[in-house]
Amino acid sequence: MMWLSTSEAEALSLSLSVAARSVALSLPLSVLLAWVLTRRRFLGHTLLDAFVHLPLVLPPVVVGYLLLVLFGTRGPIGSWLERVLGVELIFTRNGAALATAVMSFPLMVRAMRISLENVDRGLEEAARTLGAGALDRFATITLPLMLPGVLAGAITAFSAALGEFGAVITFVSNIPGETRTLPLALYTALQTPGGDTAAARLALISFLLGLSGLLLSEWFARRVRRMLGR
Amino acid sequence: MLSVAVKKSRGSFSLDAGFELPTPGVVALFGRSGCGKSTLVNVIAGLLDADSGRVALDDLVLVDTERQLSVPPERRRIGYVFQDARLFPHLSVAANLRFGERRAPAPHYVSLDAIAGLLDLGSLMERRTHQLSGGERQRVAIGRALLSQPSLLLLDEPLASLDAARRDEVLPYLEILRDRLAVPMVYVSHDFDEVLRLATYVVLMESGKTIAQGGVGEMSLNKSLRSIIGADAVGAIVDGTVLGVDPASGLMRVKVGHGELKVQAASVAAGAKLRVQLLARDLIVATQAPLHLSVRNILSGVVTTVSSDDADSDLVAIDIGGTLIMARVTKAATRELALEPGLPAWALVKSVSLRGHSFAAPPATSIARRDA
Repeated sequence: MMWLSTSEAEALSLSLSVAARSVALSLPLSVLLAWVLTRRRFLGHTLLDAFVHLPLVLPPVVVGYLLLVLFGTRGPIGSWLERVLGVELIFTRNGAALATAVMSFPLMVRAMRISLENVDRGLEEAARTLGAGALDRFATITLPLMLPGVLAGAITAFSAALGEFGAVITFVSNIPGETRTLPLALYTALQTPGGDTAAARLALISFLLGLSGLLLSEWFARRVRRMLGR
Repeated sequence: MLSVAVKKSRGSFSLDAGFELPTPGVVALFGRSGCGKSTLVNVIAGLLDADSGRVALDDLVLVDTERQLSVPPERRRIGYVFQDARLFPHLSVAANLRFGERRAPAPHYVSLDAIAGLLDLGSLMERRTHQLSGGERQRVAIGRALLSQPSLLLLDEPLASLDAARRDEVLPYLEILRDRLAVPMVYVSHDFDEVLRLATYVVLMESGKTIAQGGVGEMSLNKSLRSIIGADAVGAIVDGTVLGVDPASGLMRVKVGHGELKVQAASVAAGAKLRVQLLARDLIVATQAPLHLSVRNILSGVVTTVSSDDADSDLVAIDIGGTLIMARVTKAATRELALEPGLPAWALVKSVSLRGHSFAAPPATSIARRDA
């Protein structure tokens, strides 16, 4: 990427890396939650549903702050992760991935729920009469049929992760090469005297990235639809 | 033997059903739409839990609420053909067919090749399911269910969503399966013609209850049938034996009871079984041997019952030698001919319709069910 400056290339590759980690973290969890929220009725269902959607309505700074409290070096989960697994989240790209994962989680769960609701339960019943147990049915019928939603959710979450600002800067700060993703780099450029050109270039990169994400998502969706014969 | 005795309430609807099917055989669950046929089939498959009762196939108990026993559907080994086929849209026809086969424990009694041959699926294998016609979809669904090597096959109105032409395309395949495989089947239908062509045994259902059951011939004379199929469709179903071709007329001679009918039919070997329907409205009753008539088919016998059909007419049952047929006559005729049980009578048959063939037990060369 000869036409990008070192710091721009750094911010771009960091953004992609953080977004990829974020999606890898939230994808399995959101499939599980989407299934639980769609297919199971239990005490606390509404509460869990509301909880999943909280990041949509909370200011991102609040989410970042809550993450600091829970996952900070002295936080109950953060200290355990560091002691037992040796995972450091504060001021690292993994921390940035966690922050973006939490923020984009509702989008992902929502996309998957919609596609799961569209999966014909009759097909699962048919699979059942053909001898498929619960996990078997999920893996061979339900998951393939909700694939459009899984992909849509993953791509939306990936794009949202590229753009997450508030929760990231609050939780893992703005460290070049470690947590300074594109929006953080853009913000920094705007704070720097004479950084207008740099800011414009970063904005253009974000714009192109977002556009290609949307086009890619549309292309994927079409392929999957054709595969499913719709 | 499939024995079912279950109760199930769903909202204001309640099912209270019981029947026993001698296996192998095809039992038709017959009744109006909404009478609980599908609910009953879903209870047998295990897709719905019974509130109370018992379901057993031969020695294998599938449901026994007293013992809190309910085998999950995926372990019941019951094939299910749904009205809407329910083919998996993300899989090819071949992968759909193999879905149940791959999960069925060995040994398998029917192979993919055998099923593809019986149901003519060979040319469809690589197709996607949305490229199939309605009739092809049902054939694939039937094949898929059979390849799961079921001990029992449930068919829930498999032809109901097809137009008449498609129905006629699929029906012969069902007849082939009945005659070639020894898998007992439960066939749900609200179409009496389908029942007549396929069933060996009929269970009548009305508003959630099984109200009568028996062989097809016996059930064709059942009074409850009239309200479901209408007075004009009432008539005896008689399984006859082909005697040969009548050289003068070219018609097929079929022995029914101790009498004989001449029927227009494609050439069938002597000894084969044919099922004929004698509609009550198409029979004329005489109390003396009729002479000088254009009617060729005349059966003699003895009146066994005379029962009121509606305000103006009676149904007269006549025993023609171990087999009952039924004629509709006006009440005035009953009086003038003094029709009563024990009276010798002749039935003049204005028309006979053929309702299928070969109702003998499957031949020894058929593809046998593993535990048959």
